[in-house]
Amino acid sequence: MYLLLFCQQFLNGLQFGVMLFLMASGLTLIFGIMDLINLAHGSLFMVGAYLCATVFQQTGSFMLGLLVALPGTALVGIVVEIFTLRTLYARDHLDQVLATFGLILFFNELTKIIWGPRALFLDVPEALSGTIEIIPGAPYPTFRLAIIIVGIIVAIFLYFLITRTRLGMLIRASATNREIVGALGVNVKLLYTLIFGLGALLAGLAGAMAGPLFAVEVGMGEDILILTFVVIVIGGIGSIRGALVGAILVGLIDTLGRAFLPALFKLFLDPATADGVGASLDSMAIYILMALVLAWKPRGLLPAHE
Amino acid sequence: MNRFQPTLKACILMAALVFLIGLPPVASALEATFYIGLFSRILIYALAAVSLDLILGYGGMVSFGHAAFFGAGAYVVGIFAFHGIEGSAVISWPFVIMGTDNALISWAVAAAASAGLAFVIGAISLRTSGVYFIMITLAFAQMMYFFFTSLELYGGDDGLSLFTRNRLGHLDLSNDAAFYYTCLGLLIGFLLFTRRLVNSRFGMVIRGCKENERRMGALGFPTYRYKLICFVIAGAGAGLAGALMANQTEFVSPSLLHWTVSGDILVMVVLGGVGTIVGPVFGAIVLLLLEEFISRYTEHWMLFLGPILIFVVLFARRGLYGSFVERIGNNG
Repeated sequence: MYLLLFCQQFLNGLQFGVMLFLMASGLTLIFGIMDLINLAHGSLFMVGAYLCATVFQQTGSFMLGLLVALPGTALVGIVVEIFTLRTLYARDHLDQVLATFGLILFFNELTKIIWGPRALFLDVPEALSGTIEIIPGAPYPTFRLAIIIVGIIVAIFLYFLITRTRLGMLIRASATNREIVGALGVNVKLLYTLIFGLGALLAGLAGAMAGPLFAVEVGMGEDILILTFVVIVIGGIGSIRGALVGAILVGLIDTLGRAFLPALFKLFLDPATADGVGASLDSMAIYILMALVLAWKPRGLLPAHE
Repeated sequence: MNRFQPTLKACILMAALVFLIGLPPVASALEATFYIGLFSRILIYALAAVSLDLILGYGGMVSFGHAAFFGAGAYVVGIFAFHGIEGSAVISWPFVIMGTDNALISWAVAAAASAGLAFVIGAISLRTSGVYFIMITLAFAQMMYFFFTSLELYGGDDGLSLFTRNRLGHLDLSNDAAFYYTCLGLLIGFLLFTRRLVNSRFGMVIRGCKENERRMGALGFPTYRYKLICFVIAGAGAGLAGALMANQTEFVSPSLLHWTVSGDILVMVVLGGVGTIVGPVFGAIVLLLLEEFISRYTEHWMLFLGPILIFVVLFARRGLYGSFVERIGNNG
């Protein structure tokens, strides 16, 4: 019984980790290549969620929602990059933090005006609303399984994009030395815009898929943004492999911690104390993990440049 | 420049001081006592912003988690008051600390607790630098947010109401003007302390670390320790501001530790001018007054603040007070 519950929670953790990976891979690419810390990445997550939710509610087709949300979010990202962030690449991190903080405030308020302050709640798309027994005796929601599969596909796609294509070669080259890449005649501006668009697209994908699982509301982007930072810090900034490892680790520990820590404490504490301690610790678990990783390896588990 | 000739900078500072000292009687005379409360809030945020400017402007440590210390200070006052009413102990092991509404005790403990928290968070965060530091301080502040949210005894999500403001000797803090002057006095005290600190030998080492930490290390300074002490001092300042905030609103809740509070404090510092000591005070005044007045016309004031912020960062990088001092520097 406990084993089945554990398997389910393990898959839930994996699914949450995949979602974090979609966010973290874009953010870490943008940081690794443009040296830009983008707080507004969470806003792109929110934009993706709202776009998909609106189309899904109007037409009843989740696929159509995805087809609108992905290019839509990428477009929003590209517009933001061209009008504000492009100027910030050469600035110090403090300026970047403040300007992108300004962007968050702007996007949150704009969303509130367009969609209203109330959260949207979505049903899981009908085709994926059932359950599948991948482990005998433990039915698991198809939609969550689909998210895990999408995440694996994206990870493989990114791996091929970066190691096997010309664009990936340019991305790797400009992460190492962007001046030289520019001097070799590559249109670095366009390259940066494309990378930013790719990051926005991934954030939009994460947001769109999060819609049926969480409430679609203003501020949903920031909660996941801070978790994404934890992922990146654990994995090592600028490293996609690090983002993958960090995301799965954070997803699993957060989910399993919430599910099992209170029960674990009940083994050796009285129930009231155990509930209290468990409630404090399960929400703090991943931050404690981050502190431990930092104490051991200040540059993260798999840093991009040794 | 003649020392006794009043500079423009000195004139501005004097004018600001006269304005702040004269505000309560004038506001009472005009029956606009609302402004006393508003400016108390401004002074409290100014205190938090000045403490952030100490690490940000002089130590070069971009902390995005200052709300953690602000909120922790507020919670200490709230928790002490809570147990003071109940007549129970805050801690009963290893020694007994009773709850109290005595400001001298609870404000001091608030500053000390925030300093302790800053020591732990700083000790871990300062192992890294740059963008890591920004993300980690933000993450730890979020952790403290969840921690206080999970404290069911102290209201959890809903927060904790104070029965009254704290007692400070014979001073009646429930009188808004008296509380206002207490905040003003503490702010001025902290400003003088900060000015003394950044011009001391300790301050020189901290500023040296901002310019070139490796060189300071090569000169034989234990830079990590210096920066950590600076971080702890700033945490204590923010904790004191939090203690005042709890008294101002007579209410504490996890929203004091929300990441947007860290952002707001950071904005005040930059709006006023990084590394200018008094600049953040002007930043706090401008930001909170803007919030107050724009939000009278529209509830969507963030829609305007966001672009204003981007504009300031892109085009007016030295902040209000900072650009001002710079201009004087060029003229004189």
